[in-house]
Amino acid sequence: MEPFKKIKSIATPLDKVNVDTDQIVPKQFLKLVQRTGFGQYLFYDWRYEKEGIPRKDFILNDSKYKNSKILLARDNFGCGSSREHAVWALDDYGFKVVISTSFADIFYNNCFKNGVLPIKVSEESLQKLFSVKSEIEVDLENQSIRADGLSMSFDIEPHWKKILLEGLDDIAMTLLHEKQIVQYEKAHKI
Amino acid sequence: MPQTLFEKIWDSHVIVQENGRSLLYVDRHLVHEVTSPQAFDGLRINKRKVRRTDLTFATMDHNVPTSDRSLPIIDQTSAIQIKTLEKNCKEFGITLFDINSPNQGIVHVIGPELGITLPGTTIVCGDSHTSTHGAFGALAFGIGTSDVEHVLATQCIMMEKPKTFEINISGKRKNPHAITAKDIILSIIKKIGTAGGTGTVIEYRGDTISELTMEQRMTICNMSIEAGARAGLVAPDEKTFEYLRGRRYVPKNYEEYVNMWRENLKTDSGAKFDKSFTLHADNIAPQVSWGTNPAMTSDVTENIPFPTEYGKGNAEQEKGAEKALQYMGLKPGTAITDIAIDRVFIGSCTNSRLEDLMEAAKIVKGRKVSPKVRAMVVPGSQLVKKNAEELGLDKIFKDAGFEWRESGCSMCLGMNPDILKAGERCASTSNRNFEGRQGAGGRTHLVSPVMAAAAAIYGHFVDVRELDLN
Repeated sequence: MEPFKKIKSIATPLDKVNVDTDQIVPKQFLKLVQRTGFGQYLFYDWRYEKEGIPRKDFILNDSKYKNSKILLARDNFGCGSSREHAVWALDDYGFKVVISTSFADIFYNNCFKNGVLPIKVSEESLQKLFSVKSEIEVDLENQSIRADGLSMSFDIEPHWKKILLEGLDDIAMTLLHEKQIVQYEKAHKI
Repeated sequence: MPQTLFEKIWDSHVIVQENGRSLLYVDRHLVHEVTSPQAFDGLRINKRKVRRTDLTFATMDHNVPTSDRSLPIIDQTSAIQIKTLEKNCKEFGITLFDINSPNQGIVHVIGPELGITLPGTTIVCGDSHTSTHGAFGALAFGIGTSDVEHVLATQCIMMEKPKTFEINISGKRKNPHAITAKDIILSIIKKIGTAGGTGTVIEYRGDTISELTMEQRMTICNMSIEAGARAGLVAPDEKTFEYLRGRRYVPKNYEEYVNMWRENLKTDSGAKFDKSFTLHADNIAPQVSWGTNPAMTSDVTENIPFPTEYGKGNAEQEKGAEKALQYMGLKPGTAITDIAIDRVFIGSCTNSRLEDLMEAAKIVKGRKVSPKVRAMVVPGSQLVKKNAEELGLDKIFKDAGFEWRESGCSMCLGMNPDILKAGERCASTSNRNFEGRQGAGGRTHLVSPVMAAAAAIYGHFVDVRELDLN
């Protein structure tokens, strides 16, 4: 995994609660057997008309947000299916940060496994971010978000912070405990 | 200190703790074709093996056609994904119940059926409905593909300890044939919301739960994720032990385990939960979802709510309800029993087991599906199908005009050819009514198997309490 760098970009505001992973990447695209190339399917049914024509009223089709790396979302983002394809699609499209008041558990976990940073902020802070028109800077090292006249900090578990900043392989990290795993296996059999 | 059931299972599986996270041992890993190909690829790239092939079981369920199995799979991408799982299981030495196996079925149906699911164990699968197995007093939860790879390689998972959430369900249902486990869980989600359980493991308790059969408990635990919970579980009892006794993969010294489970696998009196909620089952009605998430649900006797009424002052919720009604093509104030339907789907890991089919068949027997409705039954597994056919249920359904199909996830998520057309309205026994879930533009109403069966006959929703179910 690539180490997570400071991100500075305009933020795409997705003003909707309870966005489920079926919307983030619809099921017809889950049949692929590789991890790459899911960006084109991100929010597919919201992004395109039936014939593949971009819907004018969907935020991702607004050219202003074309190179955005930050997604602003609402409560309970990523609920529903465990499909990691949702994070692969966000990442492949270019989103490296998702900011919301809350995330569904499996989605939240999946983000860190793919170098995408999910940030939880208060309702009040999110409201402020939704009104920012200029670029927003996300600094994981210092756990800060900065924009025009705005500065806020965020919490993150030290474990995830380390994984992201150093781009670590968590399987290799677990295998450092090989001895304990073997011991456990010897003592517990079912 | 008194402990909850979840804490006992958690503690007995912790290998190491660091930075507030725990490395947990995984007793059983279930694998299916959709969320595993990239995980196996990861193993190959890093030259890793599957650590415990004896604890890993695979089947194909999401993609498989439910039509004649002797015919080739027309959708080439589906065929490739299915072939890929076969190839991966062979290469890595994993037991696979393939498309022609008498044990093929939805992963959450076959786990318990085969006795792979056991009380007190930890079970993971790359599927959010893994919570189903919690009905047996297992700690079972869904994981993403990276974690599938992690478990394949290490048989462990690193995670933060979830909080505990007690849901008490008490009281006698007035008519247990009409008020089902599905109505209980939809009533709970309606009250606590789709994020009500986020960050928690739910323990379902109370006299109503004790009365439920294992299959009914599975329906409840299955939809824990629809309330945002990581997992849901029920303390095992004699029904649990009896259900599993004699099944293919239970341990040889089964009775010794039963004695141990009987002793240990319960929440100690005085144990504290982080959160608590009580549902009185006495007065609940059959439930019908009307929106685009499972919390947007009402009693069958109610009308479609006005967004303001649903939002109760919360602007985001109100806007959500408005968009949902627009998508669903419904007008506020419409009686739910006036909603006409086009399709009926009886199936999915929520409601495709033998009892579900038996209950639905009682309604269907001697009646005909409305000429305006296309209705299908998709048994959860080949074994469910076989058992149902031995009871003659296939004949009852077919005589009434239902399609009787092969086992799989089918129209719960429409990854196979079983999908809704845009605008079609479906009474479905599945678990998610998200936009496009059953097909782009399709409209899903979540209901119990008896409610779905009755809707098929009448062409619109009816209150099954008014029908003779005995």
